[in-house]
Amino acid sequence: MESIANLIIAKFNYWAVIILIVIGLYAMITKKNLVKKIIGMNIFQTAIILFYVSIGTKQGATLPIIMHAHGDAHHAVRAADYINPLPHVLMLTAIVVSVATLGVALALAMKIYFHYGTLEEDEIQKKIVEDEPGST
Amino acid sequence: MSMEGVIEHLPAIVVAVPLLAALAATVLWWFNDRLCFPLSVGAGFIALVAAIGLFQQVLAAEVIEYRLGGWPPPVGIVFRVDHLNGLILVAVALVAFLNLVGSRVSAQREFREKVGAFYALYLLFTTGLYGILITGDAFNLFVLLEIASLSGYALIGIGSGRASLSGLNYVFMGTIGASLYLFGVGCLYVMTGSLNMVDIAAILPELWPSKVILLAFLLCLGGLFVKMALFPLHGWLPNAYSHAPAMVSSLVAPLTTKVMIYAMVRVVLTVFTLDFSFNTLAVREPILWLAILAIIAGSLMALSQTRLKKMLAFIVVAEVGYMVGGFWLGNRAGMSGAVLHIVNDAVMTLCVFMAAAAISFKTEDDRLVNLKGLFKKMPVTMAALVLGGLSLIGVPPTCGFFSKWYLISGGIQGGHYGFVAALIISSLVNIILFFRCFEIGYFEPLPRENGHHSSPVEPYDGSPTIQEAPLDMLMALMTTALLLIVLGILSGQIVTRVIHQVIPAVIG
Repeated sequence: MESIANLIIAKFNYWAVIILIVIGLYAMITKKNLVKKIIGMNIFQTAIILFYVSIGTKQGATLPIIMHAHGDAHHAVRAADYINPLPHVLMLTAIVVSVATLGVALALAMKIYFHYGTLEEDEIQKKIVEDEPGST
Repeated sequence: MSMEGVIEHLPAIVVAVPLLAALAATVLWWFNDRLCFPLSVGAGFIALVAAIGLFQQVLAAEVIEYRLGGWPPPVGIVFRVDHLNGLILVAVALVAFLNLVGSRVSAQREFREKVGAFYALYLLFTTGLYGILITGDAFNLFVLLEIASLSGYALIGIGSGRASLSGLNYVFMGTIGASLYLFGVGCLYVMTGSLNMVDIAAILPELWPSKVILLAFLLCLGGLFVKMALFPLHGWLPNAYSHAPAMVSSLVAPLTTKVMIYAMVRVVLTVFTLDFSFNTLAVREPILWLAILAIIAGSLMALSQTRLKKMLAFIVVAEVGYMVGGFWLGNRAGMSGAVLHIVNDAVMTLCVFMAAAAISFKTEDDRLVNLKGLFKKMPVTMAALVLGGLSLIGVPPTCGFFSKWYLISGGIQGGHYGFVAALIISSLVNIILFFRCFEIGYFEPLPRENGHHSSPVEPYDGSPTIQEAPLDMLMALMTTALLLIVLGILSGQIVTRVIHQVIPAVIG
């Protein structure tokens, strides 16, 4: 029993990530509205960004800014005192990627809306069948 | 800068020149959109020359390692060129360049005032692909993957009609794929603390029993499978490729799936190493069966298509199965076949898709029944389509035969007759597919009148006038078609001099 509690509480960040991934995938698969799908996609990407951000932290550690590093005061730096900044920096790039993806997806959704007059996938399918019978 | 300085920086040039040219194209587009085409061709040519230069260097002296900003490997990002990516880089640069040369008239007509955007995205797309090919950093690969994908989505979505819907579906699937890969790299980073591929490979062996490494392997591979459209995950591909503008399909179809297969080879061989992927894990058989399914399903679905481009798109799905299957056979012949097929398939797919682009440029319709009389109307284009078709079927002088030969002999050596059977079935289906096109094009006469189509009505006097695609498109198409034969002749050389260097010596 204790081990199960441990599994959930000690690793709650991974559980949060997994739950968010599942929510995102669920929205992308089941929702008929294209904008809802795009939101699902964004949740999915954010979950992975959260995963990276959470693995950089350590207990009792602080921001990786070394005070008084300039000047004469040379002192040893203990890595354990600082959180790992690398995953956070990587995620700056991933956030830019996810914003760009969102932008492209929304632009395409707009084009679809102008063309079909709706964002509901089943209505679009109906119109496609009306436009060119026999093709799916 | 001196010549040596240039040669030293070739890995950076391959990526930086198309990137900067893409920015320049966007700016130029405001002033005069006619300048975008020559600028793009110039940038494409420089990238091609740089790729060839890199390949020559690799042939002479093993591996090139280029440190960006001078930072040494585990900390800094490196570009790493060896025989594998050197070869594929040349093929990709060549395909992108040939397609670019042929794109002028078609792009001008299709995109009109948006032509600058097309060329900027074209260059960005190639930037991403070259980057994926030469980077030696697992996270950097993700970033470049997204550069290529995002410009790919935009290129497909730029088209009219159903293109934007197909493009959006591609965005969803592509994002899932890339995010899974990113998740996998994250797991690797948690365990090893490194992002450099070679460095990760050095740290990994102690960690093989770890479940996290298994998860990382499955996530990376799964993500790449979505990106390369391996059979059950191929849903985005046929619509995206068939609804995209003509010159976009002939760029994206030959390159995206092939570069993703390269990424799989790289991740499996360089990061996880052969020993882990093939011996420690029991994934070989399931992936092989997936590949077999991909080949058969792709071929069968191609049979039921009534439009040329969609039929070709399903052939791409089947071809992905060839390469994945060949690689996961895990023997020398199979792997050689897979790598050789990456190069060959890029050129054959370019050939058939460019022929389809030329046909739809003239007839504005790519339904198979409308190929009637095209052998008389567009003899050069149809000759190229025949060569491309023969190569996809696997007829000897063309390159498709040689890679298929390696794949089949790999299947026989590995005792995997299911794969051999799938290859043979797929070749037979390709015969049906292409000879149906040839039959319609050759034997069925031109329609007496053009019906409701707006294309110019030619007087029907039994011998229709030749109405070929624009000359630059034809030149590019003919070069591609000839390349199929040249590659076929050079196959032996490529395999012994280049590909055998790629495959780890442990494989007999």
